[in-house]
Amino acid sequence: MSKELMNKKDIDRALTRMAHEILEKNKGIGKLCLVGIQRGGVYLAKRLATKIKLIEKKDIPVGSLDIAFYRDDLNIRKEQPVVRRTEVPFEVTDLKIILVDDVLFTGRSIRAAMDALMDLGRPAAIELSVLIDRGHRELPIKADYVGKNIPTALSETVEVQLKEEGFEDRVILKSPSNPTLLKGD
Amino acid sequence: MLNSKDLLGIKELSLEEINLILDTAAGFKDVIGRDIKKVPALRGKTAVNLFFEPSTRTRTSFELAAKRLSTDVINFSVPTSSVVKGESLIDTALTVQALGADFIIIRHASSGVPHLLAKNLRVSVINAGDGANEHPTQALLDAFTIKEKKNKIEGLEIAIVGDITHSRVAKSNIYCLTKLGARVRLIGPPTLIPREIKEMGVEVLHNMEDGLKGVDVLMMLRIQMERQGKGFFPSTEEYSKNWCLTLERLSLAKDDSIVMHPGPMNRGIEIVSEIADGPRSVILEQVTNGIAVRMAVMYLLAGVKR
Amino acid sequence: MRIFIRSGHIIDPSQGIDGIGDILIDNGKIKEIHIRSQEQTANIIEELQTDRIIDAKGLMVISGLVDMHVHLREPGFEYKETISTGTMAAIKGGFTTVCCMPNTFPVNDNASVTEFIKRKASQEGHCTVLPIGAITKGQKGEELAEIGTMRNEGCIAFSDDGNPVMNSLIMRRALEYSKAFNVPVISHCEDLTLSEGGMMNEGLMSVTLGLKGIPVEAEQIMIFRDILLSELTGGRLHIAHVSTEGSVNLIRSAKERGVIFTAETCPHYFSITEDAVKGYDTNAKVNPPLRTGRDIDAIKEGLRDGTIDVIVTDHAPHHRDEKLREFDMAPFGISGLETALSLSLRLVEEGILTMNQLVEKMSLNPARILQVNKGNLKIGSDADIVLLDQTREFKVETERFVSKGKNTPFQGWVLKGMPVLTICKGNIYE
Repeated sequence: MSKELMNKKDIDRALTRMAHEILEKNKGIGKLCLVGIQRGGVYLAKRLATKIKLIEKKDIPVGSLDIAFYRDDLNIRKEQPVVRRTEVPFEVTDLKIILVDDVLFTGRSIRAAMDALMDLGRPAAIELSVLIDRGHRELPIKADYVGKNIPTALSETVEVQLKEEGFEDRVILKSPSNPTLLKGD
Repeated sequence: MLNSKDLLGIKELSLEEINLILDTAAGFKDVIGRDIKKVPALRGKTAVNLFFEPSTRTRTSFELAAKRLSTDVINFSVPTSSVVKGESLIDTALTVQALGADFIIIRHASSGVPHLLAKNLRVSVINAGDGANEHPTQALLDAFTIKEKKNKIEGLEIAIVGDITHSRVAKSNIYCLTKLGARVRLIGPPTLIPREIKEMGVEVLHNMEDGLKGVDVLMMLRIQMERQGKGFFPSTEEYSKNWCLTLERLSLAKDDSIVMHPGPMNRGIEIVSEIADGPRSVILEQVTNGIAVRMAVMYLLAGVKR
Repeated sequence: MRIFIRSGHIIDPSQGIDGIGDILIDNGKIKEIHIRSQEQTANIIEELQTDRIIDAKGLMVISGLVDMHVHLREPGFEYKETISTGTMAAIKGGFTTVCCMPNTFPVNDNASVTEFIKRKASQEGHCTVLPIGAITKGQKGEELAEIGTMRNEGCIAFSDDGNPVMNSLIMRRALEYSKAFNVPVISHCEDLTLSEGGMMNEGLMSVTLGLKGIPVEAEQIMIFRDILLSELTGGRLHIAHVSTEGSVNLIRSAKERGVIFTAETCPHYFSITEDAVKGYDTNAKVNPPLRTGRDIDAIKEGLRDGTIDVIVTDHAPHHRDEKLREFDMAPFGISGLETALSLSLRLVEEGILTMNQLVEKMSLNPARILQVNKGNLKIGSDADIVLLDQTREFKVETERFVSKGKNTPFQGWVLKGMPVLTICKGNIYE
């Protein structure tokens, strides 16, 4: 069974609110940068950057981070994770990094992302911004900016579909009994 | 996903696997460009360099690649090992496996040795050069370099010049580049190009001037001094006169052509210094890319379930 | 001991026999042999006082095979094979006479080594062993060995097999000198300067595998030379292990011209190609090397039209450790005694040879070349007999080989037709 949790408008409003929250908490753009975690987080980071530019009329540096090499489950997985590009074309030392990801679940990806960031330099601070927090943390990790909190069962899956990947923007919750999306549900 | 626990040759790789390795290598090139050139991906694994032929550059390249993946490395150099005491190849390899190796990187003068080990061992066997058969990681790093510089491989005119018969680098490159859709031509004396190689889908020429016209990539091979006096060519002087890459000959190739060499170079014999050190040479980039490609190979092989 | 073989399909080309019949053996010799006519269903020979009756219904009954090219490895290489284990493997393969090549250690280039082999064979050999002496001292190709003395001691033929006699003058002298003793000179035809360092057939496959190749011309050049020398001298040339199309053509045209000489081939040269080397399988490393499909077709045609007279095994057993190593360091050779007959029966199945012709190639012809009274079921001849089941299928499993040598590229092959009983030197082996 599938259920649509957020549609295009919902996502857009959430991102707008998060952009404001980031700017409010940090009192502006100074010394901030966004780093999205491949792949979903990268598109979201770029969208956040666009919104921030609209508000502050200034550019905020955006980078993308691949965490494949830092995962803690390389020995258990059936296949090696696909490797994508890490492009952080700016010095991270002394900057405050807002990590951006689409779904926060166990927290292990964020742990890997932080290790990756530490190998790039010494950030002044790291904050976390996620579109969806679905609970079930296995590590002591919390998000600073959340688009939507969704309580889920472990057997369920949360999928964020974005137009950059050829979908309609939406967030779906999938349950195991019937994993296909029913239209107009 | 790679299909085998070993990397024995380009012959055994599908086009998808080659592209997977090249794409993964791009990610690793980012890593080695940073200040902290290390990732924990293969932490705790052990790689053993089992080199029966002397080689500093390839061995060091593999060693660095392994270390950048946080893998432990042991170098097993044959002249100082028990092989000199008469231990058989299989015994040596089984001992290394028993010591806890996850990867055995093997270079040997006999073709087929990596295949023999792969059949008899559980660990991943990586071919670092076997006889006149293959040197797959060299071909992969060559392909990576070409792709980086030219943005594509398909349709390129690529010339490989030198002793093809004895060159495992040439063979691996022939398999790799033809699989990737390039047009390969071989240039060299008839005694150093096997008759049957045309059946691999390559063109054969013996004249440099004819052969280099319109070429996008020039790959120069090392001429081994030992081949002199065995009936292959009368002297290195004569070889050089006919097949050395000079500025004049280079001008026959395309203006944006690149010059490659697997190293080590015999300056003045197969390539002149002005070109080796010149703007069209990507020889040093090949070395850098070699580490990224070898990291990619080890990373992907580690993911193959036994 | 009297043995009675009943109702078998007896084939003896030496007497033109081909039909259902019975054989009586007495004291190791063939006492009586009768072929039944159409109406006779029962045996003619009396079954009186026989010690053993063998029911050969549905089986072929032929003379024990004669293998004129075998490496028994003793003296000197007993870890690979001994006269005892090698002759046991021969019996299992249906061979009751074998000729062992002299590349032992020491080389059989003098009478005392010949005497040793003969003695060992009579004590421990399960079948008849006829030694082949070396042509040159140490098989080095420089000086003639004492051919006459060795002949007296029991050498049945001479060969430097393993090596060619590269020096044409020495080969000429060998062919001339051998005439005095009326012995065949078996030539391993290989131009070492062309084959140097080679380990498989030269061609696209050798280039692809990165292994140095042996061009077919290395064999053909020497065959041509030896044919001309045999024409010049009148010596009795026998060409060993023919493997290529060009070789068959050279032999055929020389024979058509009237030159008198003989030639042999081995089952691997008509059963398997160089593809078997893929994956660097050292069990497929043999000299001359496995060739191509075209060569296989030519060898079959050469057998069919009589260009090639004999099928031998060139049985070359090696220790497992020697083959479990780098391809270029592994020794050449296939352990062939236990698969030869079954592989050769495929030629009958394919219609290349009749059963009669196969028996000729594997027992009568070699016996004639060696001038020994073998390969026939005539009354008074030694009772060397093999019973063959043409329909029985089996899988080649080297763990079940009797030979110490398990090196064969035919491992796992399913073959049809095998010897099921061998009688030799008065013993019955089942």
